[in-house]
Formats: sequence, C-alpha cells, structure tokens
Amino acid sequence: MKYLEIKNLKKSFGELEVIKDISLDVEEGQVVAVIGPSGSGKSTLLRCATLLETMDSGELIYLGERAVTTGMDGRAVLAPPRQLRKIQNYYGLVFQNFNLFPHYSVIRNVTDALLTVQKRNREEALDIGRELLERMALSDKEDAYPYQLSGGQQQRVSIARALALNPKVLFFDEPTSALDPELIGEILKVIQDLAAEQMTMVIVTHEMSFARDVADHVIFIDGGIIVEEGPPEEVIGSPKNDRTKAFLNRFER
Amino acid sequence: MDWSVLLVKLSEGMLTSVEIFVLTLLFSLPLGLFVAFGRMSRNTIVKNVTKVYISILRGTPLILQLMLVYFGPYYIFGVRTPKGYRFLATIIGFVLNYAAYFAEIYRAGIESMPVGQYEAARVLGYNKTQTFIKIILPQVIKRILPPVTNEVITLIKDTSLAFVISVGEMFTAAKAIASAQRSTLPFVAAGIFYYVFNFIVAVAMEWLEKKFSYFQ
Repeated sequence: MKYLEIKNLKKSFGELEVIKDISLDVEEGQVVAVIGPSGSGKSTLLRCATLLETMDSGELIYLGERAVTTGMDGRAVLAPPRQLRKIQNYYGLVFQNFNLFPHYSVIRNVTDALLTVQKRNREEALDIGRELLERMALSDKEDAYPYQLSGGQQQRVSIARALALNPKVLFFDEPTSALDPELIGEILKVIQDLAAEQMTMVIVTHEMSFARDVADHVIFIDGGIIVEEGPPEEVIGSPKNDRTKAFLNRFER
Repeated sequence: MDWSVLLVKLSEGMLTSVEIFVLTLLFSLPLGLFVAFGRMSRNTIVKNVTKVYISILRGTPLILQLMLVYFGPYYIFGVRTPKGYRFLATIIGFVLNYAAYFAEIYRAGIESMPVGQYEAARVLGYNKTQTFIKIILPQVIKRILPPVTNEVITLIKDTSLAFVISVGEMFTAAKAIASAQRSTLPFVAAGIFYYVFNFIVAVAMEWLEKKFSYFQ
C-alpha cells in the first residue's frame, strides 16, 4: 500500500522557485533517503509533506486520504480541518535541532502529546513513553530535562516523542546535522533499528554511507527537481547523471 | 513627634498602597497579554489601535493619566462620579498604564521564542491554544520574569502618585503627618516603609525566578 503520495509538488518563496515539480511515492515499510546540495529543496519538500508549509500546487496523499489537492484554478487546496487532523496522525517529524520542549522532563516530552492531543489516560501514556525510552536506551533519563542531555540523547528523545503517536510515516530532517561527529552513530543506529522493524521513513540526510545502508530508495534533488532516483547502489554506487556525480564526489574521502 | 500616630497612619496608608499594588497587578498582567496579542495582530486596525494605546500610555506621565481618569468624566463629559470613584479611578489609571508596559514585555518574550517550538507542537497535533498555553507561555514567563520584576518594583514606588487625587495611600499619609507635626521625619519613615515593601517583593520575585530555573 502507498503510505505517501506526492504529486507535482510546486513551491516558491516569493520569486524563488524552490521546488519546481516533484512527485514521490512511498510504499509501506519503505525507507527513502533524500540527498542533494543545500538549497536544493530537500527540507522544503519535507516541510510541505508535513504541512509546515503549504504547497503552491500539487497533491499530498497519506494512505489514500487527500491532505492537499489542486483546485480548478491550479492552486493547492487543503482538506477540511477534521480530515487534516486525522491525516496529521499519520506522520511524525524529527527535526535537525530536536525542538524538544525545554520546560518538560524527558518523559513529559514523550507523553504530553498523547495526553493533550490524543486524550489518552496517564497510565497508558506513561506505559507508551517508558517503553519508548527503554528502546532509546534512555530509561535512566526519564526525569531529566533536555538541557541536561547530550545532543545525541536529545535527538533520541525527539525520536521517541515522534514515535509515541504511532505514526505511519516518519520524516527525518537531517537528524544528525546538529550533532558532534562522535554522537552521529547512535542516531543512525536508532534509525537503522527502526528500518529493521519495517518503519516507513523519509530521511533527508548528508550521511551518504548511511543512506546507502539503510535506504531502499534514494532520491537526489537539485534545483527543485528530482535529478536521479533509484536503489542506493545505483544512485550512490554508480550515478548516471553528471550533477549527481559532482555532488557525490564531494563526499568521497 | 508622636511615634504611635506616625506608625498607625503610615500603616493605614501602606494598606492602601498594597491594595493599589495588588489590584493593579491582578488586572494589568492579564490585560497586558491581550494588548500584546493586539499589538502582534495581523489585523492592521487592531494592531494600529494598540500601537497608539501603548504609545500614549507610555508617552505621558502616569500622574497626568490618573488626573484624567479621575477628573475627566466630570470636567470633560459632565458626568457626576460616585463617591467611591477616587479609588476606582486610581486602579483604572494604574491598570491601563501598566498593561501597556507589560504588553511590550510579553511581546518581546513571545517574539523571542524560536519558531521550532511552534513547529514541533504543530506536527505533534497541538492546536493553537494548546500550543500557546502549554508550550509557549511557560517558556515566555521564564524569559520575561526579570523585566517584569523591574516593572513590579517601579509600581510599588509609583503607588505614591495616587496622592495627586488624594487617595489615602502611604505617601499621602506621610504628607499629612509631616504638615500637621511640622517635621520631615514622616517622609523618611515612609521611605523606609517603601523600601521594606520593595525588599519583600524583590525576595518573592527572586524566589519565583528560582522556581523557573529547573529548565533552560
């Protein structure tokens, strides 16, 4: 089943055409890595898919349910609020700089949306939260506050926070870019574990070897369009397009 | 110099000063939040009206505003004000004035919040009210406590301005005793009273700041 369909997405900021035309399907259990130079539109793609930005035109469909359609005038139309609220439950987003709630303890960060948004009862929320923290190897940090944690630990809390709502699709926006090099591994390991559990994920990343290992499908974006896509061994292993080659060359060490 | 009279009168005056202080905070702190929302509104009319409000209230002396609120209804509109209006006018004047200052403090605090906090809440499904009350406001309060403390301390001293419409607060009492007993000592005593009041409030605010130090 297609968990996510993006069709002919276009997005400009003023005069600047950030995404010219991008279409993308993500199947259940698939891991898609999005790579490309900075300013290529990768983050904007994610922000449009998570409705943090409204696309100018195009379609956005989760599990067959339309979040955004394009009207007769060619402009994007959002689904009615009730449907959007339902669709919002289908995805989660892990930010580059975590965006944890600094005034909440670790466990509260993970459980608050369960209580506030999903109106679950406290015991149930705590059970879910504790289980996730255990999976993230953070059980001993339950009562700590974000400022007391390392960047890697903070990012693991934010992954637990996103997972708590049981999303069908999980987006990662450069999840390791704000981390010290020695902390990157622990986050990549967590994502790899999620991939092994068949979690559907879309990951914007600069970690090429990681993208190669974890992704089923790699998309190279440049200048607001998909320049090349396919299995990682093709796109990263033996790229055909000159722009892809030039981009990947910068990562050769 | 009659010390017992001095202490009794000043204490009575102090009670009125405390009343003005508490009532002003009680109403101006929430009102300031609404003014701040108006100031940040996307509706240009609402925004400009609030801007003018803040500009006038911050740009003219509080003492003048108190006089206007008290004498204005009668001298401008010919409305006879009821007997207890003196105290009410004081509270209205103080609340309107302090709300303008608090509004700008709130605005600075709210605008300093990183946009990522709103985005994280939005992706998790919080609605706008939940986001503001649960995620933004607690962090804003922590950030604005030092400037709010500043205003609160100024307010204690500003309560003395109520003497201009003859409200029997502490300064008014000190002035009365001073002229009755032909001594400047009551003013010194009033100064000490104000300082003690301020000291207590400053300690309380410091305690509040500590309460918010559990996060960064």
